[in-house]
Amino acid sequence: MSSTRRGRRRLHRLEPAAVIGVMSRDATVFTRNWKTTTFSSIVEPTIYLLAFGFGFGALITSIGGLDYKQYVGTGIVATAVLFSSAFPGMYGTFLKYRFQRTYDAFLAAPVDTDEIVSAEILWIGMRAGVYGNVPLLVAIAFGLDPRPTALLVPIVCFVTGCAFVAFGVALAATAESIDNFSYITSGVLTPMFLTAGTFFPISSFPAGIEAVARLNPLYHCVQLVRDVVVLGVEPLADLGHFAFLLVFGLSLWRVAIWRMRKRLID
Amino acid sequence: MGVSEAAEAAHASVDGAAAAPAISLRGVVKRFGTITAVAGLDLDVAPGICLGVLGPNGAGKSTTMRMLTAQAIPDEGSISVLGWRLPGESKQARAEMGVVPQLDNLDVELTCRQILTVFARLYRVPAGERPGAVQRALQIANLTERAETKVDELSGGMRRRLLIARGLVHRPRLVLLDEPTVGLDPQVRQELWSLIAALRAEGTTVLMSTHYIEEAERLADTVAVMARGLVVARGKPADLVREHAGTQTHEVYGPAARLEELRAQGARNGWAMRRSGPALAILHAERHDGTLPDGVRRAATLEDAFVVLTGEEIE
Repeated sequence: MSSTRRGRRRLHRLEPAAVIGVMSRDATVFTRNWKTTTFSSIVEPTIYLLAFGFGFGALITSIGGLDYKQYVGTGIVATAVLFSSAFPGMYGTFLKYRFQRTYDAFLAAPVDTDEIVSAEILWIGMRAGVYGNVPLLVAIAFGLDPRPTALLVPIVCFVTGCAFVAFGVALAATAESIDNFSYITSGVLTPMFLTAGTFFPISSFPAGIEAVARLNPLYHCVQLVRDVVVLGVEPLADLGHFAFLLVFGLSLWRVAIWRMRKRLID
Repeated sequence: MGVSEAAEAAHASVDGAAAAPAISLRGVVKRFGTITAVAGLDLDVAPGICLGVLGPNGAGKSTTMRMLTAQAIPDEGSISVLGWRLPGESKQARAEMGVVPQLDNLDVELTCRQILTVFARLYRVPAGERPGAVQRALQIANLTERAETKVDELSGGMRRRLLIARGLVHRPRLVLLDEPTVGLDPQVRQELWSLIAALRAEGTTVLMSTHYIEEAERLADTVAVMARGLVVARGKPADLVREHAGTQTHEVYGPAARLEELRAQGARNGWAMRRSGPALAILHAERHDGTLPDGVRRAATLEDAFVVLTGEEIE
């Protein structure tokens, strides 16, 4: 028997082998549906970029010393990350645990909820880390001249993506029906997307709204991307932005595990 | 200790010493709100046997199965599986057992081979051994020809066989089968019974919940009858029949009023009775020779014993 061959090894709570195993399932599914996943994740933000960049760009030449196309081209990265992380986190997770019962199948194997949730976050976060760069590449094709530090953008996208997947998974594990996501999309994600400083500076808002907008994780992603791509790194401020994203992500990771465990374990 | 339990203990002994049970539940209670699904369950499963847990819907079989994988946590009592204490060490236990769930939870977007490869990885089968393990599982389930077929293109029977293959890909010491043939047509059921019989022959410990009498009779060394969250009887199928239904059953056919009259007479005389389709079946008929009305005599069955024990008819 295999157990005798491999010995009676004690398994840990968060085992890389289990996390990679769950990710291997996602990767296998991705080899089948990568076209639709990629299309939906990058086309919408790219359309926003082209519409705002060339539409408003014809009316507004610059904001804060930045060409408007550069301003939107860097800001829209956060939107691409949001679209390619929060939505798969919400809908994908809900479908898998509620209708496909994929997680029930995993839990019958030596895999725990912590590992399932972590694997989903890492896998979708990695995808967001790639998809988030597409609008930037489009902006570069239209003349944006990035600094060498722009190579850090995938890392920013990955961390932000992981945080928003965790947000999505936590919501999926809390929602009673898939229709509940309409409240989140309209009431949370759309305001986040519009108050991130993507299309205009949040300093345009009244002081109270600006203060709230500073708590928006997408705002910190936008600031980081703008700094590393065009404005130049400001070590203290950018460390602050990065730390905000990390704390947001790690907190939501724990919340997502807690909520999902309540869903999956009776 | 009854005859069947003694035989089971002998079966489980190794070099004269009794082996530790593969599964042990002691005083296990599981409640869902005000409903008590499992009510102080004690159950041991010796290594190398096939134990059939037979019970009507709602008896607590599936909840018990879920507790054995720590997908449900008991409110009271203790559980150990393959020597690991649950729920704390459930991951170790799950690494050494295979689970075939009642509900189909296969990934419809993947092929048979892809699913088995993912699960071989999850069960920590070493990378070099994975292709061989997957091939072996495909062979066991007779799905080699369908290895590259997507799940949503498989028939119901093939999907069920794939579920079994998925639970066996790592050669587990213990297999949990939760209603393995529910909803399948008789031909597919026969195929799966052959597959499960082969597992038994290999010496794998099998715990199988079912509400099909014939399934329990044909596959299980020992049957535990569950009702209202408890094991109400346990033994070899033949012993259970003899003990709870006697050797013969007498079926009386007639109009409903006649059967009702007979039921009242039986109650006065202390006969054990049950409805059996259009007939009234009088159990332990051998005890009442000469006093019973005209009817048809047949051998007592496990179904007779089951109804006596649970008070419920079964499929």
